[in-house]
Amino acid sequence: MARMKFLCDADRCIECNACVTACKNEHEVPWGINRRRVVTLNDGKPGERSISMACMHCTDAPCAAVCPVNCFYTTADAIVLHDKDLCIGCGYCFYACPFGAPQYPRVGNFGGRGKMDKCTYCAGGPQADNSAAEYIQYGANRIAEGKLPLCAEMCSTKALLAGDGDIIASIYRERVTKRGYGSGAWGWRTAYKEGVQA
Amino acid sequence: MLIKRSDGKAARQRLASAYQGLSGGGLDRRGFLRQAGLGGAGLAALGALPVLTARRAEAGPTNFAQPITRRKNMCTHCSVGCSVIAEVQNGVWVGQEPAWESPINRGTHCAKGASVREIVHGDRRLKYPMKLVGGEWRRISWATAVEEIGTKMAAIRASSGPDSVFMLGSAKFTNEAAYLFRKFSAFWGTNNVDHQARICHSTTVAGVANTWGYGAQTNSYNDIRNAKTMIIMGGNPAEAHPVSLQHVLTGKELNRANLIVIDPRFTRTAAHATEYVRLRPGTDIPIMWGMLWHIFRNGWEDKKFIAERVHGMEDVRKEVEKWDPAEVERVTGVPGAQMERISKIFATEKPSTLIWCMGVTQHTVGTANVRALCTLLLATGNVGSPGTGANIFRGHTNVQGATDLGLDVTTLPAYYGLDENAWRHWCRVWETDYAWMQGRFGSKALMELPGIPSTRWFDATLMPGERNKEGAGEAYVQQPDNYKGMVVFGHGGNTVTRMPEMLKGLEKLELLVVADPHPTTFSQISNRRDGTYLLPICTSFEMDGSRTASNRSLQWGEKIVEPIFESKSDYEAIYLLAKKLGFADRMFKNIKVENDQPLAEDLLREINRGAWSIGYTGQSPERLKLHMAHQDQFDIVTLRGKAGTPVAGDFYGMPWPCWGTPEQKHPGTHQLYNTNLHVKEGGGTFRARFGVERNGQTLLAEGSYSKGSEIQDGYPEFTVAVLKRLGWLEELTERERASIEFHFGPNIDRASWANDLSGGIQRVVMEHGCVPYGNAKARANAWNLPDPVPVHREPIYTSRTDLIAKYPTLPDRRGFRMPHLGVSVQNRSTTVVKDFPIILSSGRLVEYEGGGEETRSNKWLAELQQDMFVEINPADAAARNIKDGSWVWVMGPENQSKAKMKALVTERVAAGVAWMPFHFGGWWQGEDRRKYYPAGTDPVVLGESVNSITTYGYDPVTYMQETKCTLCQIRAA
Repeated sequence: MARMKFLCDADRCIECNACVTACKNEHEVPWGINRRRVVTLNDGKPGERSISMACMHCTDAPCAAVCPVNCFYTTADAIVLHDKDLCIGCGYCFYACPFGAPQYPRVGNFGGRGKMDKCTYCAGGPQADNSAAEYIQYGANRIAEGKLPLCAEMCSTKALLAGDGDIIASIYRERVTKRGYGSGAWGWRTAYKEGVQA
Repeated sequence: MLIKRSDGKAARQRLASAYQGLSGGGLDRRGFLRQAGLGGAGLAALGALPVLTARRAEAGPTNFAQPITRRKNMCTHCSVGCSVIAEVQNGVWVGQEPAWESPINRGTHCAKGASVREIVHGDRRLKYPMKLVGGEWRRISWATAVEEIGTKMAAIRASSGPDSVFMLGSAKFTNEAAYLFRKFSAFWGTNNVDHQARICHSTTVAGVANTWGYGAQTNSYNDIRNAKTMIIMGGNPAEAHPVSLQHVLTGKELNRANLIVIDPRFTRTAAHATEYVRLRPGTDIPIMWGMLWHIFRNGWEDKKFIAERVHGMEDVRKEVEKWDPAEVERVTGVPGAQMERISKIFATEKPSTLIWCMGVTQHTVGTANVRALCTLLLATGNVGSPGTGANIFRGHTNVQGATDLGLDVTTLPAYYGLDENAWRHWCRVWETDYAWMQGRFGSKALMELPGIPSTRWFDATLMPGERNKEGAGEAYVQQPDNYKGMVVFGHGGNTVTRMPEMLKGLEKLELLVVADPHPTTFSQISNRRDGTYLLPICTSFEMDGSRTASNRSLQWGEKIVEPIFESKSDYEAIYLLAKKLGFADRMFKNIKVENDQPLAEDLLREINRGAWSIGYTGQSPERLKLHMAHQDQFDIVTLRGKAGTPVAGDFYGMPWPCWGTPEQKHPGTHQLYNTNLHVKEGGGTFRARFGVERNGQTLLAEGSYSKGSEIQDGYPEFTVAVLKRLGWLEELTERERASIEFHFGPNIDRASWANDLSGGIQRVVMEHGCVPYGNAKARANAWNLPDPVPVHREPIYTSRTDLIAKYPTLPDRRGFRMPHLGVSVQNRSTTVVKDFPIILSSGRLVEYEGGGEETRSNKWLAELQQDMFVEINPADAAARNIKDGSWVWVMGPENQSKAKMKALVTERVAAGVAWMPFHFGGWWQGEDRRKYYPAGTDPVVLGESVNSITTYGYDPVTYMQETKCTLCQIRAA
């Protein structure tokens, strides 16, 4: 069944951070909250590789499994969203998430945590699409406008792909076949319980 | 106000440990910087916004009931030329969308391009004109500012002459603003006008132009997709030009191409290479000659190409013979087997291209480096066809255009130079009397004498002029008086080496005008108390105008929103100053001005009427706008407009040369010197600009010519005299002929392809399939340069003092009105190296650009790089008890210079080499100078500048500064 996925081609990612600032730009995400970030392995050594990471919108999302207030829900496109009006900022999802996606604003003193924030796949939240209320809590809703997440759309080397899982998997497969190498669709087994076979 | 806070320790520890798993063991470069941000600063900033995670300052959420306008402009950061699509509602830039149709970026951006909208919201922009009074910033009106600045400039002019005001322009100007600023300086009466090309690719322009004619990238970013082998040398496009990597990596993948990175530092680009070559900083020429040693020895050179199209290769052979593998390894550190491997790949797996950036250019041997790289391309026949060429990635958004339009101490717009013919040409274009123009200058000699480059302006402030030179020996400036005033448009204050001395110069200036969207380092770094003016100038997003990308394509940007706050455009600011100084009517004779706003289109039309020498004549505003409207109709590999569209046959952006008048519809030139195409289809030959013969050898091409040429051999550049001899003169139309006769009268024979304002000569010769500038050989031997064939010279400050005797730098000399020291400084190395054993190099980060004032003020970018740092090898760090992430002092060998920053211990740099980013400013020798900025304009992130440590050293041809190899010492703080 068609579902939305992210795929980061680590052989293309150059850690330019366009995905990070595109996300900030689109949703006016404040300082200190990083819905997306780029992680570099073997920094400065041969074999250095970078991967752009955000919420992967997992199949059977572990965050949803541990949430004590059931604030997560999955859309028809398999995008994992949450309701900030229900969220109590407990932080369980952060521990459950294999990708470190959940972010929390600090509220008040004593390290108190605010409501969780994470990548929405540019799909907003439970409020009416593209309403002011939705924007304030979740940012823009590009999916409702028929557009894909801005991070992937603006990726400088087209390393980060977003869209229908089958389509982006075939793009990646074709790329790997043409160039003769590929380090795999990073995180797919964890997130989607399947890989991409070249 | 500081966003960053240092409390919240508990949070930091918890988050830090959670993130450690993600960075794969150990801390990566961003890891350690970002953790400080996440724990300390990140979460703290949200105190005021407990529940909400997002807000939109002015605009609020997009209201789909209201109309949204889409406007297209270009990213203002690097030279790739990415299109930016802005969504505008109620005059506010509310959203940014991918520009899929652009053949250059195809919707994509890097961190800077994806965040440009913030710059035009501009929390930290300079909001109104300000003046420094007794050390305090005071708000003034534009009228007051222009009145006071003009009065002071006129006073300096009266007492010291026009050459005592330095005009520092910008690579971020639009073409029209660059041209206008150069014209302004001419009308003011000085050649002391410069911009950032001096400190990024001036040596490229000099080296490349002296080799084959034009100082520019020969091919394009897109064309790299055709290459089978790419060498990237002294460049890190993954950080400096990320969108270019889209083309590089696609080429690498589709052609299974070789990507060889030659750099002292294992860069993020090197991480994607098929082979990485680590050399000792400052040994580029030995690498090139070492490669040619293998190529000549094995007969891998392109003999036909050399015979037909290259002059002086035998002189190179003699020099190359000295660079056997043993000597190359001794000097550069690169083993012979690797040299042989990359030489074979480059020479035999063709087409091959050489990509270079500032690692090649910013040296005391910068021009020679560039020439050596060009020679490698010529020897292997890799110039003038798809997939080959010198793909020089320039730095700023419009540094190519600003160079082309003469923001340079050595030339008028379009490289005409400064001689009387050049002045007469531009006076004809400007419809201004030559005698009047001459009267604006101190003398005819000064009018034709190159000015003082931006790398030395403070020396020209501190040394006396000719009228006070008694007792100064050679340490004087060859003009009536030294600098008393400086007018800076769009130029950072921390980008030039030797900042401790720059500070002294700054304090001595009577007048300092900084016209910029931000106050820049100039505003706060010195202890000036009076006589500084800050003028808020809008960004290129807030004005119309064209810009020239690195591949010579012109793109038209449309104004997205009105200038914010009290900002004005460059055009308006320059116009107001000209009006105050009394020459606006003359200067804007053929340019429409409405409400003090000069019309950008008219400025470009004037450029079109004058810039024949480089073919900036066919790109009218109408044609450029047509290209922008039909971006999707261009092929992404050939850049050619598709058949059946309004742009059919054109190359995207009409890369110059775009010959003739706009009506002649020349398509532009995608690949320079490409003989496989007809000149009217963008073909070309090497330029005949160095005569026709030397020492009995012809300098014209032999048996090589561009497709369809009626002259099937080399030929000189075209003048009326040549046309007469060929019997082509009669083909000029009556109007063309009348124009030539009107301008040249009895000297009609001297009218040429470059100064005929009618465009007739270019039209006629192209009808015969000939290239207006002639058909010559490229020069492997450039006899007019200090080293006609490049030779290795050790850096001024070298840690290999054993090599100085064999490879000394040039002797002390004079140039550009200034003394220029070489050997006398280099001899210090022998003692300096004992206390300063580490080689210091510098470079770029992806998040920031240039001096960094603009990008460090952008909160989305600043969050990603919060600290100035120095990269240091684990061996050097261990020997100094320096831990990753700890504070260190870096000390330089001149002026007891020192700077405090964080250490990043990494194998990215070799032992004995340290590296720093050059974007930081706002700290000075450990002191945070945030409070000296006008309130509310301080960048989010401040830090020490690498140039507080950098030292003396200049290229003899262009006075390019040495930034890539000096010496330093590092200690734990």
